[in-house]
Amino acid sequence: MNRFAKSWASAALSLAVGIALLFGLPGVMDDYTLIEVTIYAVMSILGVSLAFIWGFGGILCFGQAAFFGLGSYTYAIAVMNMGDSTVPFLLAIVVPALFAALLGYVIFYGRLSDVYMGVITLTVTLILFNLVNSTAGPEWRIGSAPLGGFNGIPAIPTLNWPGQQDEVLTPKDLFYVTFTCLLLVYLGLRVLIASKIGRVIVAARENEQRVLLLGYDARVYKLFSFTLGGAIAGLAGCLFANWGAFTSPTIFGLAQSAQIIIWVIVGGLGTLVGPIVGCVAIQWLSSQIGTQQAFNSNLVLGAILVVFVLLVPRGIVPTLGDLIDMAWRRWRKAPAPAAKVAAPAAAPMEPPRALAATETAP
Amino acid sequence: MDLAFVVLIQVLYAVASLVIVSAGLAVIFGMMKVINLAHGEFMMLGAYAVIAALKLGINLWIAIFVVAPIAVGMVGVVLERLVIRRLYGRMVDTMLATWGLSLLLVGIVTSVAGNTTAGVSAPLGSFSVGAYSVSGYTLVIIAVAVALALAIRFVLTRTQLGLIARGTMQKPDMANALGISPSRVYSVTFAVGAALSGLAGGLLAPLTGVVPTMGAAFVAKAFITVIGGGPAILAGLLGASGLFGAINQLATFVTTPVLGEVALLVAAIVMLRLLPQGITGRFFKGSL
Repeated sequence: MNRFAKSWASAALSLAVGIALLFGLPGVMDDYTLIEVTIYAVMSILGVSLAFIWGFGGILCFGQAAFFGLGSYTYAIAVMNMGDSTVPFLLAIVVPALFAALLGYVIFYGRLSDVYMGVITLTVTLILFNLVNSTAGPEWRIGSAPLGGFNGIPAIPTLNWPGQQDEVLTPKDLFYVTFTCLLLVYLGLRVLIASKIGRVIVAARENEQRVLLLGYDARVYKLFSFTLGGAIAGLAGCLFANWGAFTSPTIFGLAQSAQIIIWVIVGGLGTLVGPIVGCVAIQWLSSQIGTQQAFNSNLVLGAILVVFVLLVPRGIVPTLGDLIDMAWRRWRKAPAPAAKVAAPAAAPMEPPRALAATETAP
Repeated sequence: MDLAFVVLIQVLYAVASLVIVSAGLAVIFGMMKVINLAHGEFMMLGAYAVIAALKLGINLWIAIFVVAPIAVGMVGVVLERLVIRRLYGRMVDTMLATWGLSLLLVGIVTSVAGNTTAGVSAPLGSFSVGAYSVSGYTLVIIAVAVALALAIRFVLTRTQLGLIARGTMQKPDMANALGISPSRVYSVTFAVGAALSGLAGGLLAPLTGVVPTMGAAFVAKAFITVIGGGPAILAGLLGASGLFGAINQLATFVTTPVLGEVALLVAAIVMLRLLPQGITGRFFKGSL
């Protein structure tokens, strides 16, 4: 199973399912449900960004929400000033990436350990939250966009087709755009992880010292993956601002950061599909909790996090994979006598093929 | 002159409140290397313990100095048994689990007490310095911080308990061979740390509104202080509190409270870039 998870077959399977959903869902769902699915896809992109830097880069970032919020605010402010949404869309990716690069420089070049990393990213998130939260009042504005403090920014102009300011995306278009972004991010990260750069990133997670001794500057690779993670989170933030045409400081908040980490832990650290599964499951659960008053959502999320860390530390997807693997082996073992009987018949088939292989080899 | 005095008191107060807020965390992180992200929620529980005690008609001072630490210390013992104990040595997992605990505690308190702000009025009134008035409770906070620092030093260096605790943290297997049960020491240390957090929450209850989510306001400051302090528990705590508290209060004085907090956190991040081991990683090496 482990080998399957790393193979291209699994990537192809995920992509096939993704593409089927991309074209299938708008056919079967009404617009309201489609909008719901869009937010799941937005959050999945955010989840994947952390899945990459944490699961593959070994960087535990408690502040992925900071980049998410930054992307969302950048888009909102830029689009309100510019009108056309093409440049703001790009800015919403570039600005969080630059911010991540700056922060990453302080952390990785200061050679701070994981734990400090977690605390610093948490702190930065809180700074941003406090800062943005305090910008209520008309004197806080960038260009023609009021920041709005704790009230957030309402009525953000949504995305339009590049260059045509009047051609605004419909909810269905936004679904296509968001879902395509998710698939592209997934595919891009799979390719990156399989490439040489990706291998060094994973190696630096496994043993930074050894990577350094082999002549790779691990800090550069970590900085790169952290920056990329920031860019992807920024993209998610931009799409989020488009989804509700609204953004507020709560997306910088601790609860948001906690959620992202919970998605990754629940779905499975070290996979890219796992966090998407975790994200959809937890989001669905949260919305179910929201509809009834018996349990507080913090209570349930906290309990889930504790239980998973203690009892299912590997997450749903790898654990399910193991279970399927075990079931598969048992199933293979059960008809073993039959296989033995068949074996002599199959055996003579083998040598000629091996012979043919050796003959053609020279 | 009056202004200078008032500013001095405010700076001392900022430093003192950082010491109080971070002491519990410093004990748990410094001694056990456990990152307790539920620290803010321990404080929150302390504050609620004070409110509950006041409702039962208990004197405010007893509520703050006795009820809050004992209640939260007991919660600490239970949580250590149930969760933290299984995760010693796995720093990242501890961090995640304690974060889960923090959400869980916020959720439980919200369900029980409701998402409303409860308040305790600050006792002792205020006295005037020239044209300014200073709250008497400010002086209590400063006094408690000094007492707390002295007490931690006394316990760690002069008592059998402190000796055992320090020995166990340095070499658990050797302590075990000498007939001391490390798990009991860990349990007690965690409980003491939790009790200190509870005391901090109780002390700050009259100054801040008591809401289930109040912990988040302190946890970042407390962490940055402890980590900025570095490996020496007490010297680090005092050094970092002094530095960050002064920066915070002076920036607040010049601009706004929010920018004061931002200045504190930015200063901390810049300092960690220059001194990754914290203040005591470079200066006062080998002190407590």
